[in-house]
Amino acid sequence: MPSLAHYIVLSAVLFTIGALGVLIRRNPIVIFMSVELMLNSANLAFVAFARAYQAVHGQIFVFFVMTVAAAEVAVGLALIVAIFRTKQTIDIDQMSMLKG
Amino acid sequence: MTPDFALFLILALVAVASALGMLFSKNAVYSALYLIINFGTVAVFYLLLSAPFIALAQVTVYAGAIMVLFLFVIMLLGAEQTGRTPARWWNQPLALFLGALLLVEGVYLVFSQRSTLLADLAPAEGFGGPITIGETLFNQYLLPFEATSILLLVAMVGAIVLTRRKARP
Repeated sequence: MPSLAHYIVLSAVLFTIGALGVLIRRNPIVIFMSVELMLNSANLAFVAFARAYQAVHGQIFVFFVMTVAAAEVAVGLALIVAIFRTKQTIDIDQMSMLKG
Repeated sequence: MTPDFALFLILALVAVASALGMLFSKNAVYSALYLIINFGTVAVFYLLLSAPFIALAQVTVYAGAIMVLFLFVIMLLGAEQTGRTPARWWNQPLALFLGALLLVEGVYLVFSQRSTLLADLAPAEGFGGPITIGETLFNQYLLPFEATSILLLVAMVGAIVLTRRKARP
């Protein structure tokens, strides 16, 4: 039977891969996906702790994190579409001007 | 090795491999598809951790709605390929070093604490099912729940305002 530590280590590994995605990739859509991966690994840790401590509150929190992630994705992708319309590119190295 | 632990190892392998696939795919569409695999395996982990409601919410909200939105925007913008500007040479090694540092730190912190064995405690009847989740959500967490609805409304209005084309004078 896997213990709590196994789940937390898996969560840490997934979080690290997500952080690397944010640092390495330069496609903002992939960066957004990496942020989703990090949120997801945090959710996994929440559910593992909820199971270990027999408290359903951790799962409620995961529910709220999912809602915030959905809202974040909607606004973030709308921002990317708006930037693409004005600059015709979404390479993050090109997004260095405050006033385009 | 018990079947439970073997299942955990195989699923963990699939989750990490699909996350790495997302990280290293050149094409953003492949990244999105790998991420869907990852979300699916995490949903199975939720089932193993006796959280069936969260598992199904994960499949519908994450693997369904959010990833469809991602794929839609990738194909709408034609943003499959990664950026063409050359990266600074120290960017990638520095990122790998920092990531390894973060991972080592996290694993050290986990193993320096006393860990609770999940097998020691059998979950209560109906733990993590829709009934218990609903009772807690609508009694104890009613105000945060209503606040989420406002958050979703604001996000919806924001997305519409951001993508609306200005009327030409």
